[in-house]
Amino acid sequence: MTGPYRRPVPSTWWLHNRAYFLFMLRELTSVFIAAYVILLLILLYRLNAGRDAYESYLRFLGAPGMVIFHVIALAAALFHTVTWFNLTPKVLVVRVGARRVPAPIIAGVNYAAWVVLSALVAWIVLRG
Amino acid sequence: MTDPTITLEIFRYHPEQDETPSFRRYEIPYREDWVVLDAINYIKDHIDGTLAYRWSCRMGVCGSCGMMINGTPRLSCAAFLREYYPNPVRVEPLANFPVERDLVIALDDFMHKLREVNPWLIRAQERPLSDGEYRQTPDEVAAYKQYSMCINCMLCYAACPVYALEPRFLGPAAIALAQRYNLDSRDQGRSQRQAVLSSEDGIWDCTLVGECTVACPEHVDPAGAIQRAKLASTINWYKRVLMPWGGR
Amino acid sequence: MAGTREPFWWSLFAAGGAVAALLAPVQIALTGIVVARGWAGQSFTYDRALALVSHPLSRLYLFVLISLPLFHWAHRFRFTLIDLGFKWGRALVAGVCYGAAVAGTILAALVLIRF
Repeated sequence: MTGPYRRPVPSTWWLHNRAYFLFMLRELTSVFIAAYVILLLILLYRLNAGRDAYESYLRFLGAPGMVIFHVIALAAALFHTVTWFNLTPKVLVVRVGARRVPAPIIAGVNYAAWVVLSALVAWIVLRG
Repeated sequence: MTDPTITLEIFRYHPEQDETPSFRRYEIPYREDWVVLDAINYIKDHIDGTLAYRWSCRMGVCGSCGMMINGTPRLSCAAFLREYYPNPVRVEPLANFPVERDLVIALDDFMHKLREVNPWLIRAQERPLSDGEYRQTPDEVAAYKQYSMCINCMLCYAACPVYALEPRFLGPAAIALAQRYNLDSRDQGRSQRQAVLSSEDGIWDCTLVGECTVACPEHVDPAGAIQRAKLASTINWYKRVLMPWGGR
Repeated sequence: MAGTREPFWWSLFAAGGAVAALLAPVQIALTGIVVARGWAGQSFTYDRALALVSHPLSRLYLFVLISLPLFHWAHRFRFTLIDLGFKWGRALVAGVCYGAAVAGTILAALVLIRF
């Protein structure tokens, strides 16, 4: 005689279902973004250290491996952006009277801000 | 020409006889207008009377016939065989709960959690009956109505990997129900629920997988309720820390 | 009591997630791909980069851009480890993750203050 049966949860649970897998991918995008900001911090440190240090670091960033890393990080960042904006309406509930502002509008405002900010940053950096 | 049939693979577990569960296959007549619950009732009535499962209303109101159907938590009274035919249908008890027998899960944990969040109107001072009812505007009803649709079917718990990994997690339905009362203009019990909501296994365990909302047959959106509770708790926390003189 | 500090970490996570969502793609494209492939012309020469970064607003921007996404990572990674089955040492996992983000924030402040 045994009691109620408890089904085991394998540590690979997130591989068994598409939604769980996408969730895990979403969480792991933060690793790529964090790695990127560390590389950016090193870039700033080298810039501060002087011309030679800065230029040798730029050459390091130009190595194929680093470019491949950044392409993957860009894909991860875009996935983060899309999932983040699409989930924002879950957290922010805006009501106008009895009516809740529809989720696509809240997400749409985010996307619009994203396009404007990205263009602004690109313009400031590249205009020189 | 023979009549079409469909195969159901049903999770069987008898605590007094079995060490581990097993699946048993049943071939039954396929009817286009049957839901999985109809098929299980057919098996119970005509093939194997020992099969144990819960059901009542057959119309998506009572919330008692939730099962894993091909790995997805669903009300078996709302899952049509034609969605799966001609493939076999695999039926298991709701995931993440201990199995009492066959398709019957233990409800104790969920019932306990439901009580913990005090899901009823709490008043600082009850009004005497002679003063009449508590009235609400349509806007005030709209603020919580969605969260009041919960039928306690527990599909959201079966969909939640956080609950699977940490059974102490308060879980989607209980938190959504706490929010339902927190957002009710007649209620004054937010601070009483806050202790449970913000405890170690309350809202902060949730990582917003979002599958509770996908599973919910009543469109309650527990995932949204939990994130809103996080935001409200965070705003309260900053108010307390930055303005300690600001009262409660 | 760890529970009472959760709103603080969550607010940093949320702010970091928003900053990353808005700015990480364009930043990665600029300093990771455009400059590395040499498409940026004179934009990333030493003198030009130094002038751009030295502006107080640029440094404030870069501080936010570096610090908050680190807290975003710390929070998500902490729970990812739990999701992957780290049942023991939850407090240790949290301490290491948030500690790393705090360390990164301090380093960012130290680097940016010297320009």
